[in-house]
Formats: sequence, structure tokens, C-alpha cells
Amino acid sequence: MIDLLLPFHYEFFIKGIIVSVLLGGICGLAGVYIILRGLSYVGHGLSHAAFGGAIVGSIVGLNYYVGAIIWSYLASFVIYEISKRNKIKPDAAIGLVTTAIFAFGVLLVSITNRYTRNFESLLFGNILAITEQDLYIIVSVTILSGAFFFFLHKRLVFSFFDNESAKISGIKTSYIELLFSFVLATIIIVSMSSIGVTLLASVIVGPAISARMLSNNFSNVVFLSIIIGSVASFCGMYASFFLDSSSGPTIVMFITLAFGITALYTVFKKIYHSHSHGGISHSHPHLHTDEHRHEHEHEHKHP
Amino acid sequence: MGSFEYLKLTGVSYGFTYHDFVVEGVNLSIPKGRFVSIVGPSGSGKTTLLKLICGIYDPWNGDIEYICNDCDSIFYYPSVGYVPQIETIDWNFPVSVQEVIAMGSWNYKSYLPWIDKKLKNQIRDTLKILGLSGYEKRHIRALSGGEQQRVFLGRALIRNPDVLILDEPTTGLDYVSREKIFDILKALNNNGMTIILSTHDITHIANRSPWVICFNKYVIAEGHPQDVLKEDNLLKTYGLSDYKIK
Repeated sequence: MIDLLLPFHYEFFIKGIIVSVLLGGICGLAGVYIILRGLSYVGHGLSHAAFGGAIVGSIVGLNYYVGAIIWSYLASFVIYEISKRNKIKPDAAIGLVTTAIFAFGVLLVSITNRYTRNFESLLFGNILAITEQDLYIIVSVTILSGAFFFFLHKRLVFSFFDNESAKISGIKTSYIELLFSFVLATIIIVSMSSIGVTLLASVIVGPAISARMLSNNFSNVVFLSIIIGSVASFCGMYASFFLDSSSGPTIVMFITLAFGITALYTVFKKIYHSHSHGGISHSHPHLHTDEHRHEHEHEHKHP
Repeated sequence: MGSFEYLKLTGVSYGFTYHDFVVEGVNLSIPKGRFVSIVGPSGSGKTTLLKLICGIYDPWNGDIEYICNDCDSIFYYPSVGYVPQIETIDWNFPVSVQEVIAMGSWNYKSYLPWIDKKLKNQIRDTLKILGLSGYEKRHIRALSGGEQQRVFLGRALIRNPDVLILDEPTTGLDYVSREKIFDILKALNNNGMTIILSTHDITHIANRSPWVICFNKYVIAEGHPQDVLKEDNLLKTYGLSDYKIK
């Protein structure tokens, strides 16, 4: 019989579970703001930029985090400036800038062949590569990023919803957006080692879009996204122990599963939508067609 | 209601591409408490002019200044409430009516993410004025065009602005919704609020506003509607030779 508590006997696993739950939660939280800002591609792009920075930093003898931070902050700033000063949408700027920085890192590796930190673990994630220092950094970044979203929530939501009106009402929208992209870059950097550059986009966007399908209320979307991110990361990490698989891909599979279940739920919810005939409220499977009209409990108008 | 100069635009020009002005050499003087309608065709620069007045754009040439004779500081800038064109809004954004209106008072306990009881009461009172009582929890997409427009008006009003600026507030609305919005604006203006709006609706809005500006890149004419909305001015503004004021 399988001992379900067996993984918790290992210190590396407990460390891994803490890291994955924290990262799942904070990526889920950041993801809500990212999708609402229309920057779904930013996680993918900035993780590549940070990867390039980590390599360059390592080659010139800097700490992994220092290199990644300098490079991804630079990428964030360039993306921000390009989108602000030109008629280019942020996603297009992300595509160009971050892949260029990523390519520069890979080019340096191929030329110098001096990169020491496990190259593969950064690409695909390896929870076993998490050091004590990484753990402390991840906990600190989670707390600070959580505080950022908590205290600047009003400014962020107003800026993302209606940027010009927010600016007129006195919000320094440019600073808020730049600060937001720096916070995102920081979250992405600390997530790279355990989730992996190539897989990070899913952990950021997946929980947020699943939560968005479930609710129209901002607070509920944030809450659900954090829960989905944390639970899927926990399940992925836990399953990876028994499957003897890489933690990053396993977590991504659970996030995709959560998305699939949510999508199915919303489809069935529409079909079984509660309605009433002559004042009697009930539900049964049906499609909304001209031949089958109802007096619906909730009116849905679309401008 | 005072009649002294409040908002002054002197030789204001602005454009989006070099040497191609959208707004050119605008001189305007608007007293406090005035209700101004700016009329002009699409692409005439009305929205750009409003955004210049709001401070979204900095003019290439000229000055925009607010003058407060009663204020101690020479650096006076009023509280401005802005109602954008609702076509620019992302209706899939997960926010309720209450959350949209609360955005207007973001600087009230600005570092706390929730809406407290005091603010909820203020929102309820604002919704009552706008004829939207009980709409607090509704998602913004589940409202009609007229109701959506009033929610954005509520967001501007909750900050109790000195100047209210509205970009085509009645576009796409039916007769009743248009009248409701106009009545609310008239009531606000009667209480002393300065109102500046842009509109395509000459017959129902501009014609009933106390002051009208015909605008197409520059000010063609301004004054009372009966003096301004005449064939020659409309011809210059719209290029319509056969337009007759009803």
C-alpha cells in the first residue's frame, strides 16, 4: 500500500511544497492583473529575459538573482518605453525585446561555455535545485508582492480598467505600470528555478483565466485564482513525487486540468441555467433558442 | 454662480503627428459654473480638446490655466471629473457598479483594497441621484447603454468635482436615457458645477445648453445656442449647406 504521507518525511519535499504553494498563489494573484491588463504574454516573455540575464550574470561573475533582476528590469523598462512612446502594443514589444535578450544569453553560453548553474533546471524547473537561500528569497518576494497588490489594488484596478480617467483623477499611472512590471519581473525570477522558464506562462495565466470564467466579481476572481494556483501547484508537486516526474511540467498539467474542469463547468452551467416559467423556478438542460424562450431570473444584456 | 474667468485657453495647439494639428490656436475663456456644449463633426478634435483641458495631453503651443480668485495659492488646479466615451471601456472587466463608482474615490483610504461602510453609503446616495438604486452588485456589462453612462457619471461625481467633463455622454442612447442624463447635468449645473461636454446631438443637447462652442480644429463660434447654431456657423463646422435649425 502506498504511504500517502511518505513525501512529507523528506525535507526537500516539504521545502518544495512550501515553495510551489507560495509561487502558485502569488503567480495566481499577479495573473489576474496581467490578464486584465491584456499582457498574457508577459510571463512568457519576462521569464525568457530573466533567463538571459541569469546566464549573463553568471558569466560575468554576478549572483544568479542579480543578473536576472538587472536584465528583466531592463527588459520591463524597454517594453514600457516602447509601448508608451510608439504605437506598438505591449505584447508586440514583449515579443521582440524579451526574445532578443534571451537569444543574447544563449549566444553567450554557446560562445563562452562558462555557465555553471544547472541550465536544464532553469528551463524546465527542478524543485530539488531549490536552495535554502532560494527558499528565503521566495518567501520574502511572496510577502512583498502580496503587500504590493494589497496596498496598490485601487490604483492598479482603476489604471487597468480606464487608464485615462485614472490619470485625470490623480493616479500616477505611468509609475504604477512601471512598478507593476518590476514586481512581475521579480515574481518571475524567483519562480524560474522551480517551475521553469518554458512553463511559467501557464502558472501565471492558467489560474487567472480559470477564475475569470467562474466569477464576474474582481475580489472573487483574485481569491479563486490564488486558490487554484496554490492547490494545483500543491497537487502537481505531490504527484511529481510518486510519478518521479519533473515538478514544473506536473504542476502545469494540474493547472491545465483545473482550466479544463472550469471550462466544462461553465459550459454545463450555461446549459443548466436556472430559469422560470410562470413564476416557477427550475433548471433542466436546454439551449437558448428562439423556439424555447424563458422568463429568466437574471437578465443578460450585451451592449 | 460667479461669472469671472475660470478656465482659460490661450493659443492652444496639439497634434499626434509632427506639424499636423488636431487642435489649432484655440482661445477660450470659460467662467465658473458655466454649462458648455462643444459641437463638431467626428474627427474635429473635440475629444482631444477635452483631454487637453483634463491634462491628459500637454499642449504643443499655448497655455491652459485654471484661475481661482478666492484661492491663496497661485498653483490652483480644480478637482476634475471625467466621463469617457463608453465605447472605450472593456465590458468584460470583472467589476460591479459599486466597484466602478468606488474607483472615483480611490484616494479615500487609498491603501486599503476594500470599500468601507462610509463609502458604500456614499455610493448608494450617488446611485439614488442617478436613478440607479439597488444596482450596486450588478456587473457593468449587464446594464443598458444609458445605465452604463450614468454609472460612469457616478464615478466622476463621487469625487465631488469642481469641473465635470463628458465626452459624448449621449451618443447611442435612446430619447429617455438622453433626457435623464441631460436632466442630471442641468441639476448639477444649477448647483454651481462647471460642465463641459462634447456632443453630436445638436437638437437635444447643444440646442438646450446655455452655452455652445462650434468646433472643428479651432473655435468657429461660441455663445448662446440661438446665436451660434445658425446656418453659416454649422456650414463652417460641418460643411452642411442645407442644415436648418428646428
